[in-house]
Amino acid sequence: MAADESFIAIRNLSKHFGSVKAVDDISFNIRRGEFFSLLGPSGCGKTTLLRILAGFEIPTKGDVLIDGQDMTTVPPHLRPTNMVFQSYAIFPHLDVKQNIAYGLRKTGISKEETERTVNEALEMIKLPGYGNRRADQLSGGQRQRIALARALVCKPKVLLLDEPLGALDKKLREEMQLELRQLQRSVGITFVFVTHDQEEALTMSDRIAVMSRGKVLQIETSSRLYEAPNCREVADFIGTMNFIDGSVAGSENGYAVIDAGPLGSLRAPNAERPFERNRRVTLAVRPEKLRIETAPPGDGTNSVAGKLGAQSYLGDRSHFYVEVPGMTKRIAVASQNATRNLDITDSGDRPVWVSWPVESGVLLPGE
Amino acid sequence: MVSVAEKTLVQPTGGLRRRFMTLLYRSEGVRGYALLLPTLLVMIAMLVVPLGTLALQSFWTQIYFKLDHSFTLNNYLQIFDFKQNPIYLVLLFRSIIMSLMVTFFVVITAYPMAYFLAFKVQRHKLVWLILITVPFWTSYLLRVFAWKIILGFQGVINSGLISLGLIDQPLEFLLYNQTSVVITLTHAWAAFAILPIYVSLEKIDRSLLEAATDLGDTPRERFWRVTFPLSMPGVVAAGLLVFIPTVGDYVTPNVVGGTSGIMIGNIIQSLFGKANNAPLGSAVSIVMMAAITLLVCAFLMLIGRRRWKHAET
Repeated sequence: MAADESFIAIRNLSKHFGSVKAVDDISFNIRRGEFFSLLGPSGCGKTTLLRILAGFEIPTKGDVLIDGQDMTTVPPHLRPTNMVFQSYAIFPHLDVKQNIAYGLRKTGISKEETERTVNEALEMIKLPGYGNRRADQLSGGQRQRIALARALVCKPKVLLLDEPLGALDKKLREEMQLELRQLQRSVGITFVFVTHDQEEALTMSDRIAVMSRGKVLQIETSSRLYEAPNCREVADFIGTMNFIDGSVAGSENGYAVIDAGPLGSLRAPNAERPFERNRRVTLAVRPEKLRIETAPPGDGTNSVAGKLGAQSYLGDRSHFYVEVPGMTKRIAVASQNATRNLDITDSGDRPVWVSWPVESGVLLPGE
Repeated sequence: MVSVAEKTLVQPTGGLRRRFMTLLYRSEGVRGYALLLPTLLVMIAMLVVPLGTLALQSFWTQIYFKLDHSFTLNNYLQIFDFKQNPIYLVLLFRSIIMSLMVTFFVVITAYPMAYFLAFKVQRHKLVWLILITVPFWTSYLLRVFAWKIILGFQGVINSGLISLGLIDQPLEFLLYNQTSVVITLTHAWAAFAILPIYVSLEKIDRSLLEAATDLGDTPRERFWRVTFPLSMPGVVAAGLLVFIPTVGDYVTPNVVGGTSGIMIGNIIQSLFGKANNAPLGSAVSIVMMAAITLLVCAFLMLIGRRRWKHAET
C-alpha cells in the first residue's frame, strides 16, 4: 500500500505519436479517494494521459504507479482501473443487466451474488427495473449511468472518466454533475475525470490539473485555480480575465508597484511568488472584481480611465466593455444588478473609471 | 385583353399534363409507383415471368418430342416417390449438406481475412479489397479447371508429394468426389463472404472493444464475447450469400465431382438437356427452390425468435 498522498504516481511521463508530444514529461500525484480532474482544450493530452492510466496507451517514457504498483506495461485487463467512455460503449448485443455484469464474470462470484450486485447497482443509479432493456431502448443519460454502474461494480481502485457528460444536454449534465459528485463521495473510489468544460471541472473536483500542449500548467483546488492562477494561460482558460502588461517598478506597503505604461502606475500583491524589480509582469483581474464609475475614484484602489465601448444586459448582471487608451483589448467588467436600476441601459462614449481593490489583482509572469 | 385571351387558349392544352403533374406532386403513392416502375418492369420480365413459366411447365408432361399441356402432379409425385426414384431426394439432401459444408468452410476462411482487413490494415484498405477480388478476374470455369489441375491424379499436389518421396502412388481421394467439390466451391465463394463480414466488423465501435478489455477480458475472451456476436449479421449474410447459390451449382460438380460428387444441379441440367424432360426438370428446380426457401426461412426465424425473446424478457 502506497501513501494516500501518492496513490497514483505519474513520473516523468511522456507519450509521443510520431513527432507529436501528446504528453510531455509530466510528473504529479493523485491522492487516494480524490475527485481529480484533467482540464484543458482539445488536443492538450488529457485524454492520452487518461488512456495511459487505463493501459490503452503505453508511455514512450516514464512510469505510472497505482497504489504502489508499477502499472506502466500492465495490459488494461489486468489493471485495477475501470473506465467510463465518452461514447459510453454500452454493448448493443447485451441487455442492461448483462452490460453491468460484464466485468463481474472475472471475479468468480456466484450467479446469485452477481444478480444481487447488478440489482444493487441499478438501485444506485436510480434505474431499478431497467435490467432487461436493450441498449437502443435507453436515453443518453441512462446509458451514461449504466456505463458508470458497469465500471463501479468491478470495484476498481481508480475510476477513469473520459468526458462522460459531454454528450448530454445542459440540464441533464448539471444534474449528473451533482449525482456523480455524490456517488464519488459515497463509494470513496478515486476518480480521474477528463473534461474540457471548466465549469464542470470547477464544480465537481477536489483538485484540477490544467493541461496545455502535453504539459501540466497548474494543479490546484477549484477556488485557488480561479483566484490564484500561476500563469497567463491558466488565467485565460479558466473563466474570463483582464490582463494588463507592465513591469515591476518598486514596492510600497508590501505591494508591488507596477509601471503599466500609458495606464500609469498600479499596485498588486506580490507575496506569493515575489517578482523582482524590472521584471516584465502581467497584472490579471477578474471582471467581477472590477467596479465601473462615472467619476474618478479616491485613493487606495487601482483605477484606469477609459470610455464605455459596449455593454450587455443579462438580467442578473451586466457586462461592460471599457476601451482604455494604450490597451489592445477592452477591459471587461461584470457587475451584479443587486439593486433595481432601470437607467443602466444608457450607452454612449461616456468617460468612465474602472477600479479595483489592490488585493483583487494577481501578478503573473509577463510575456 | 390580350393576356386574358392567351390564358384561355393555353389552359386546355396544358390541363391534362398539369393535372397529371399535380397528381404526381400531391400523391406520394403515385410518385412511389412511378419511381418503382422501371425496376418493377425489369423484375417482372426477368424474374416473375420466367419463374411463372417454370412453375407452369412443371405441371406438364413430356411425351418424347411433344409436350402434353394438360395439368398433372405426376412430376412431383415422381420426385417424392422415394422407393421408385430415390435419386432426386437423395441428391437434394446431399446438395444441401455439401452446401452447408461449403458455407461453413467459406465463413471460417473468410472470417480471418475480413478480420485482418478490418482491424489490422490501417492504410490502403481499397488496395487490399481489390487484391481479394483478383482471382475473380478470371472466369469461374477456369478457376474450377485450375483446381482440377491442382487436385488431379497427376496434379500439383500428387506430383509434388511424389517428387518429395512422401508417397509412391498418387492419392485418389483428392479428385472426383464430394471433397473436391467442397474444396473448389469454398475457394470460389470465399471472396463473396469476406465483404459482408468485413463490413460488419468495420462497423463495430472500437470503444466497445476497449470497454471489454477494460472490464477484464483477455483478447480471446473479448473476441468471443463482443467482436464475434457483433459481427453475426455479416456472418449470416455471408452464409446466405454462399449457401443459396451453391445448392444449385452444377459446373463445379460436373468438372471436379466425378460420379460420386454430383449434385442436384447436375440432374436438373441433364433433365433439361440430354434426358429431354423439361417438365420434370422444372419440377425438380421448383422443389429445390422451395427446399432452400424453407431452410432459409426457418433459419432466419430462429435468429429472429432469439432476438425477439431477448428484447421481450
